[in-house]
Amino acid sequence: MADLELPTRQGHAPDASLPRGLPGEIPITLTINGERRELHVRPWTTLLDLLREDISLYGTKKGCDHGQCGACTVLLDGERINSCLALAVTKDGCEVTTIEGLAAKDGALHPMQEAFIEHDAFQCGYCTPGQICSAVGLLKEGHARTREEIREMMSGNLCRCGAYTNIVDAIEDVLAKEAAK
Amino acid sequence: MQQTSMHEPHVGSPRSRVDGRLKVTGAARYAAEYTAPDLAHGYVVSSAIAKGRIKSIDTSAAMAVPGVIQVFTHQNRPRTAWRSKAYQDDVAPPGTPFRPFYDDKILYSGQPVALVVAEDFEIARHAASLVRVTYEAERHETDLEKVRGKAYKPPKSRSGMAPPAPRGDAEAAFGAAPFKVDEAYRIAIEHHNPMEMHASTVVWEGDGKITVYDKIQGVQNTQTYITHVFGLPTEDVRVLSPFVGGAFGAGLRPQYQLFLAVMAALELKRSVRVVLERDQMFTFTYRPDALQEMAIAANPDAVLQAIRHDVVGGTSSFEDYQESIVSWSAMMYHCENVATTYKLAKIDTYTPGDMRAPGAPTGMFALESAMDELSYKLKIDPLQLRLKNYAEINEGDGKPFTSKELRAAYQLGAERFGWSRRNPVPRSMKEGRELIGWGMASGMWEAMMQKTSARAVLTIDEKLEVSTATADIGTGTYTILTQIAADALGLPMEKVTAKIGDSSLPMSPVEGGSWTAASAGSAVQAACNVVREKLFAHARGMDGSPLANAEIGRVAFRDGKMELIADPSRFVTIQDAMRAGRVDRIEAEETAAPSRINQMRYAAYTHSAIFAEVRVDEELGRVRVTRIVDAVAAGKILNPKTARSQILGGVVFGIGMALTEESMMDHNLGRFMNHNIAEYHVPVNADIHDIEVIFVEEHEDKLNPLGVKGLGEIGIVGTAAAIANAVFHATGRRIRHLPITLDKVIGTKEAA
Repeated sequence: MADLELPTRQGHAPDASLPRGLPGEIPITLTINGERRELHVRPWTTLLDLLREDISLYGTKKGCDHGQCGACTVLLDGERINSCLALAVTKDGCEVTTIEGLAAKDGALHPMQEAFIEHDAFQCGYCTPGQICSAVGLLKEGHARTREEIREMMSGNLCRCGAYTNIVDAIEDVLAKEAAK
Repeated sequence: MQQTSMHEPHVGSPRSRVDGRLKVTGAARYAAEYTAPDLAHGYVVSSAIAKGRIKSIDTSAAMAVPGVIQVFTHQNRPRTAWRSKAYQDDVAPPGTPFRPFYDDKILYSGQPVALVVAEDFEIARHAASLVRVTYEAERHETDLEKVRGKAYKPPKSRSGMAPPAPRGDAEAAFGAAPFKVDEAYRIAIEHHNPMEMHASTVVWEGDGKITVYDKIQGVQNTQTYITHVFGLPTEDVRVLSPFVGGAFGAGLRPQYQLFLAVMAALELKRSVRVVLERDQMFTFTYRPDALQEMAIAANPDAVLQAIRHDVVGGTSSFEDYQESIVSWSAMMYHCENVATTYKLAKIDTYTPGDMRAPGAPTGMFALESAMDELSYKLKIDPLQLRLKNYAEINEGDGKPFTSKELRAAYQLGAERFGWSRRNPVPRSMKEGRELIGWGMASGMWEAMMQKTSARAVLTIDEKLEVSTATADIGTGTYTILTQIAADALGLPMEKVTAKIGDSSLPMSPVEGGSWTAASAGSAVQAACNVVREKLFAHARGMDGSPLANAEIGRVAFRDGKMELIADPSRFVTIQDAMRAGRVDRIEAEETAAPSRINQMRYAAYTHSAIFAEVRVDEELGRVRVTRIVDAVAAGKILNPKTARSQILGGVVFGIGMALTEESMMDHNLGRFMNHNIAEYHVPVNADIHDIEVIFVEEHEDKLNPLGVKGLGEIGIVGTAAAIANAVFHATGRRIRHLPITLDKVIGTKEAA
């Protein structure tokens, strides 16, 4: 089992670096992209910062750190959440799927990833991991059936490049293919 | 993967992005996502006042936090260049650039006043909250209207931005004409708000050498800035920006996080990353507001008699930012009497900057709104009014256009939209509780090319690498360069790699102005053409070569072969030619530059005709843009798939400009108050309905060898005006001050 190699920040011992008077690190277990990890996290560390800074899973993006843009969307036990609004310590025992965990082990892309490429549903790519995780979560929720509903239920994920119509096309495409199965 | 026919040229065909896989798997890395074993994290403390001086900074509590390495302020910053000119980057307007931590003066609210560097981001953020700054505030002014009386003609014009010369007698012609519009128009200040926040990661390589991952639209601009400001030799500074999470102009000039990260890294001799917070994304460049007065007049035959456009644009106290707001009014239509003025007035903010089509949607909102107003006075269809006053040449400077298919754009756009079915009477269309309005506008943007170099390297394994220091900010640069190179050597795209975003690559200007496809594309093509010729020489020189007497023009490069067009059975493969020539790589570096003669002779612009449908719920004041058709004439379209996306993006930006985007200044505090993306409303998915993009056939052969004109900006230009015109058609209410928020639609007193 991968023990404490990953969680603490480079360049300093975990406890010495803490601001005085604040509690220390708390052990939690997360299954991240299918891999079980024992982690020690500080109580104020968000799931987003944990993923990016401690585990180097930079695929999950920080766009506002306030739950306003959706760039940090990941799947937590299959449901889409803003990882910037989740304190890692509160997610002990959960399963986290990030953009890095969507493709198959052999590299075959998830149908949503394929559809995003096919429909050119991104430009700069920065909101894309969040859009794709959100879209995967949306389909699992099973509420969205029409373009109107997709638009509404994808409105927590901002795209400044303005790829919205292509994002809806991509999701609609995957939705139709799943329905045809 | 997309199936591609072996013989179909890649250029001109829809192709998926070559960097698509990296972007959908989270493997594409952005500036804040590079790391180093010794990485420290910087967090910026921002000024709480808009003008004055720092009386004192107490950093002791911050320094006492375990894990804090240093707190930098103007008091302990290392020495940097003392001449302000050293801070002038490639895109700097005339004036004295902002110098972070230069002294105790506060020039604008949000100005960086301290940088806390700590072992990790959270410690730095916490410690930054403990930095105590006391100020001596002076009276600031952030209200453009209050300084209107002090407006001045900029003593030094930003290059290419001088307003056009007047022609005829606009005043007399306006006075004499029977039909006229004379109104004031405004937009709101807007912030670029790319999804990726500005960040710089500076990796300390030892011996004073640094590698910088910067959020920038031009790595060599960052490199020059660093070498000038910090006095470092060019070879010690390498700048990379392989991926840029959106920029829209916000990444043209090196921003203060770069200065701070480099300063800290050099001083601490270790790697430092500085990432801005979203609220700090409102503490540097923005699209300025402008006070616009637009007067146009026509005779009873709907022929324009006079155009007058007077603008006072906002700028900072330290630089004269200028953009093209009025020039469009002198070019868009045939009119013998035109006069424009463009002045600046200083407010206490950071210097505004280029934001997607800088100046054009601002000025065109006024011109195209006024044209719509005039059409109602003349009782003529707004599209007919535009056709009636179509400019056959650029009357701003008297030059013919290199190409202009705007007429076809009007026609195709109108057909697709169903414009002929429009009842001209305002409030004549209704469905359920919503009024429906149809409006249209024209768009125009300069088609430019900049001198750019590129390298091409073909290796014996039939792999081709092309490189230039430009950027891909989401525009598709990687993809189009790959297409161009693949076609030049007749290779599948999978065998071609495009390398960009690295200052060590051949010279390229910043990615901006919609010039990158024309500039970097032409440079890559030129380099590939030299490789082609060298390769062909090897093929022809082979013993018993099937191409021994062939001219290169009679040979097709395809499928890894050079074959006679007239007799494809006579061919030489790339590998055989290279083996015969005893080379395992063929390399060329070439520079492409625009033709000076054609630049002197011709005017080069892209054009668009944009049609908008809005649905307005008058009780709620809600406006929905339910349908847009944008017909664009922009020369050769290299990749219809990514090109369409660029236009979609511009249109979405225009919808934001029309309806939601507004940086709200509290003039008492001199600060933008809605500095987050919950209160600054970037359009969301639910705001965007159907958008149709049409590329009009336009033959272009004078601008560059590719015939491309650029697409990054034209999509936004007329969009806000078309929407405002549609809102008038729906409601009978003319809104001349963007954005069209519900208070203005309902018509409250405050909005009037």
